[in-house]
Amino acid sequence: MNILLMILAAAPAAAELAGPSGPPIEWVFLLRFLLTTASLFAGLFFVLAGTLGVLRLPDFYTRLHAAGMTDTLGAELILLGLIIQSGFSQLTLKLMLVGFFLLVTSPTATHAVAHSAYKAGVKPVLGRFRAPSLDEEES
Amino acid sequence: MSVALGYIFLSVAFLIIVSMVMMLARLIGGPTLYDRLLAVNSFGTKTVLFLCVFCFIIDRPDGVDIALLYALMNFIATIAVLKFFNYKALNVGLLARPDVEAEE
Repeated sequence: MNILLMILAAAPAAAELAGPSGPPIEWVFLLRFLLTTASLFAGLFFVLAGTLGVLRLPDFYTRLHAAGMTDTLGAELILLGLIIQSGFSQLTLKLMLVGFFLLVTSPTATHAVAHSAYKAGVKPVLGRFRAPSLDEEES
Repeated sequence: MSVALGYIFLSVAFLIIVSMVMMLARLIGGPTLYDRLLAVNSFGTKTVLFLCVFCFIIDRPDGVDIALLYALMNFIATIAVLKFFNYKALNVGLLARPDVEAEE
């Protein structure tokens, strides 16, 4: 955050040094830097929150919820930050492909793990809310 | 600004590694098979992210190909392990499942 504040404070001085008819390309760089930083740290927050949830939550299904939900969003945000930084190049296309495949495969894998555990009879820790059992569905 | 961006990429990569180590704790001490499988899947996603950030740190865009390959391989490995522990075999057709035939 200190680095960001220093850059924000130094940017108008740099614009004055460049003169009023200076190139406006510096502002594009600053905007890209700020967007990249914000997106990267938002994604990192979600990834760390999901990891903490996997470590701390009491039950398999709640752990699955924490990991599956937050990892998808965190990965997409981190990849979005890298895409903003990379500009228009071949690297952007590859990063978008990585993001697309993560967006397709991560919820599918989460659903497959949840369905397989449910079929195998992993019981959730029950509170007020109860999951329907397999025997009630078949009868 | 470029130096600050390098430090930001380094810190992001370090925190992703910290998250991967925390996920290894769940992988080792998970009570059931599915906890470990969930930890492996999440570890693979974080590996993909770390590879993408690492390519920006060393300023070589080749490693994104490896990240793309790893993302696909991670999904296939998860599905294969699930299928193996569900049917106790890998050469089971998806249309002729043994449990469906047993119910009929």
